[in-house]
Amino acid sequence: MAADKKIGAYICKGCGLGERLDTKQLASVAQKDAKANVVREHDFLCSEDGIKLIQNDIDKEGVNHVAICACSRRAKTDAFTFENVAVSRGNLREGVIWVRPDTDEAQETTQEMADDYVRMAVSEVKFLTLPGGNPEAKTERSLLVVGGGISGMTAAVEAAKAGYQVHIVEKTAALGGNGAKLHKRVPDHAPFAAPADTGVEALIKAIQGNKKITVHLNSTLTKTDGAPGKFAVDITTESGKTDTKVFGAIIQASGFTPYDANKLPELGYGKSKNVVTQLELEQLARDAKGGAIKRPGDGKEVKSVAFVQCAGQRSEQEGHLPYCSGHCCTTAIKQAMYFKDSNPAIDTNVIYSDLRTPGNGGEDFYRSGQDKGVTFTKGKVSAVEDSGGDLRVKFKDLILNEDTEELADLVVLATGMVANSGVDIENMVKLDGKDAAADAAATQVQKDKSVLNLTYRQGPDLPHLKHGFNDSHFICFPYETRRTGIYTTGPVRRPMDIAQAIEDATGAALKAIQAIENAGLGRAAHPRSGDLSFPSFRREGCTQCKRCTVECPFGAIDEDEQRYPVFNESRCRRCGTCMGACPVRVISFENYSMDSVGQQLKNVDMPDEFSEKPRILVLACENDAYPALDMAGMTRLEYSPFARIIPVRCLGSVNLAWITDALNSGYDGIMLMGCQKGENYQCHFVKGSEMAHYRMSKVDDTLKSLSLEPERVETHEIAITDIHRVPELINKMAETIGRIGMSPFKF
Amino acid sequence: MANTNTVMIEKYRNNFLKEVEANVEEGEWVKMCMQCGVCSGSCPLGPHWDHPPQELFMMIRAGKREAVLSSSSMWMCTSCYNCVVRCPRGLPITHIMHGLASYANKLGLAPKNQPTKKFSKIFWDNITKTGRANELKMGLSLYFMDGMGSGVKNAMANQKLGMAMMKTKRMNPMEITGGHGIKDTGGLQAILKKAREIEDAKLKKQ
Repeated sequence: MAADKKIGAYICKGCGLGERLDTKQLASVAQKDAKANVVREHDFLCSEDGIKLIQNDIDKEGVNHVAICACSRRAKTDAFTFENVAVSRGNLREGVIWVRPDTDEAQETTQEMADDYVRMAVSEVKFLTLPGGNPEAKTERSLLVVGGGISGMTAAVEAAKAGYQVHIVEKTAALGGNGAKLHKRVPDHAPFAAPADTGVEALIKAIQGNKKITVHLNSTLTKTDGAPGKFAVDITTESGKTDTKVFGAIIQASGFTPYDANKLPELGYGKSKNVVTQLELEQLARDAKGGAIKRPGDGKEVKSVAFVQCAGQRSEQEGHLPYCSGHCCTTAIKQAMYFKDSNPAIDTNVIYSDLRTPGNGGEDFYRSGQDKGVTFTKGKVSAVEDSGGDLRVKFKDLILNEDTEELADLVVLATGMVANSGVDIENMVKLDGKDAAADAAATQVQKDKSVLNLTYRQGPDLPHLKHGFNDSHFICFPYETRRTGIYTTGPVRRPMDIAQAIEDATGAALKAIQAIENAGLGRAAHPRSGDLSFPSFRREGCTQCKRCTVECPFGAIDEDEQRYPVFNESRCRRCGTCMGACPVRVISFENYSMDSVGQQLKNVDMPDEFSEKPRILVLACENDAYPALDMAGMTRLEYSPFARIIPVRCLGSVNLAWITDALNSGYDGIMLMGCQKGENYQCHFVKGSEMAHYRMSKVDDTLKSLSLEPERVETHEIAITDIHRVPELINKMAETIGRIGMSPFKF
Repeated sequence: MANTNTVMIEKYRNNFLKEVEANVEEGEWVKMCMQCGVCSGSCPLGPHWDHPPQELFMMIRAGKREAVLSSSSMWMCTSCYNCVVRCPRGLPITHIMHGLASYANKLGLAPKNQPTKKFSKIFWDNITKTGRANELKMGLSLYFMDGMGSGVKNAMANQKLGMAMMKTKRMNPMEITGGHGIKDTGGLQAILKKAREIEDAKLKKQ
């Protein structure tokens, strides 16, 4: 402990703490056991007077480390914020008196619980340093948008409106993307009755007339290096001319490719020219220039159309898309209107399995289609056959429950969207190193396919989540990807229509701006927004094992020439997964370290083996499990007085050393509470909970070497709503210890 | 459009739908059905229908002219209005059912010996004669609807009810001679005749 640390411990007597607990004893624990320099009690610590008391000590007594022993760290955060001092919180309210009964028998153990939380708060704050931030942090206030479709153009226009310089890189020779191929769009405002102008031309015009927006056509990204605030990007034109530019953040709006309808021969595609996809019909409608739409096979005016929905979509069949592309039902209604509006005598039949019309006016638009005489048939199409130019659509009518067929001049297939998400970095081609030419070719193919060509150690593109769509934490933080400062928007993120893409792009632009500004201040953008700390490592202790670089869920850590980790602080989300991974304990944050947690668990008073007072260490994720525990307190659910709860940033930051230390110092049970892992993960840091579960699966060896029962260490997936479950789990652990007995490792 | 009786049936074309829209009361609502099935689920007689309303609407859109018009389904409707109350799209389903039945009857496609149809005919003939319902004759016509034997049986079975109705002056035995009527029966007949002429002319025009 450095000499200039002066620790103040403040014990609150409000909210019933004074009545339920012996605060004099708490003060004495803080002073004598935990060695706080200044210890004070107050009747109502979060009041103006209480805050003044603390501020006064900071100003006059030189207190620079403050342990507040009152309510949960999640409560009264505004009141207990002091400039330039490190603060820790002892949770006496939600963590002690609210989860214990107010009875004479419970008094002793409740007081012991409170004593321990005071010891823990004071010992934690000793090892906290106020994050100094990075004085060299700076940022480039311009934004790169990859893709010039509706999503990309909207993001650019919105960011420019907010005052930022934007560069759009578009692979093709023109802006507009798939939106420009449309005849008209689904209306986005009342009365949602008829197809509307796409708005693409207006958007292009707005971009061309905007001095803040630079457009690079026929260009791709051949290299993306750096971190938020300082991405260095090589923009290469078709002719091979490369220009390197620096950007603060990147929005990836690379859009979608229509599903290849040639994979659907059973629906007549490729066999008859009169079977077209929805996107191809848009071209036919544009060619008609407001007149009668003619079919491609023989130029005959179309008098009857069948729309086959979910063509190669929402299907478990090999090669089909398993998901719903979300726009095709409303698109079919819109396209049926192309016919009905020009000539109401044209027969239009939409054969659907579930009609889905998302968005504001979806239902109104559907109704308008019905009103115009579009027939909607719930059915499943089995085959489309050419019958002398006309088409025989065979299907099962699911309302009438019969196999039937109809004749149509034209068949339109609703094929889905396939994300342009670049290389799947988790399934990259392995270079065998034997055939140099083949390896070079494979590398080139990958380079061409990649959208971003990131130089990150973990691969050239963003990780995929499901079905090839780029990962974004859709549960809590849409747009966020696993690469800080790079945001996806539009159909590369998930299938969506124009209205959704416009809204999505606006959001992504704002997120990108946040990333730029936070990078300039050296702060974390998300989800620990405002956090100034970042991981550092003790170089002399590092064994270059690479576990931190491999396990960082965000690809924030590169390697230098000597294979030491290089932390890119602005890419970092501050989860501490690297700290949890490090086998030699050299990684730490200024305000979160091996010691700041390790000292808490070591300073818990450990009664001897015969006291019948076991100790259960609970390491709880601060995002879900800890709030759930707090809420258990708010609802006055009781749990064992033997639990000692320490919040962690993410279960991924839990280092096995803590577990070993805890077992060695005599804890009878250890519980790890993190978020849901796996495919439908809820972990704010994507992989943290998964890593923790994986690491804990190996803890059995440690237990065996100590001759301890495996039941003593448990890992749980907790949702923030598991308010009733968390106390039960703790109580169950207490029961388990009652059954298997106390740990023999007490001192 | 071609003559209604010889319309070429084309599957999933709008032809029959348009015919229904033109000729069936509230028929223009048929296309607005979104096939949720709430009507079929709400109908107290639902299980006894060959084709519940939802299915009838789909059959119309599928162009099943014969099957729809010769169906007994819409004759099963008792006008409880449960479906109308519940239809999320606000379709006047009860009215459409009666409209369909009436149209099928007009074209002579309604099923023969359908009891509801027979009842309707008896009621119509009864009430249009004098402009007032003749309870006695109405009852008797219904009892003897299926012939003498079953008529006597029906009458005997309902003897007690008949006596009670007479006792409480709900039914007058003297009505057998002709019963009461409105002032100008001839006027009513003229109105009905004119209405029929207009309807027939409309049908012919199709």
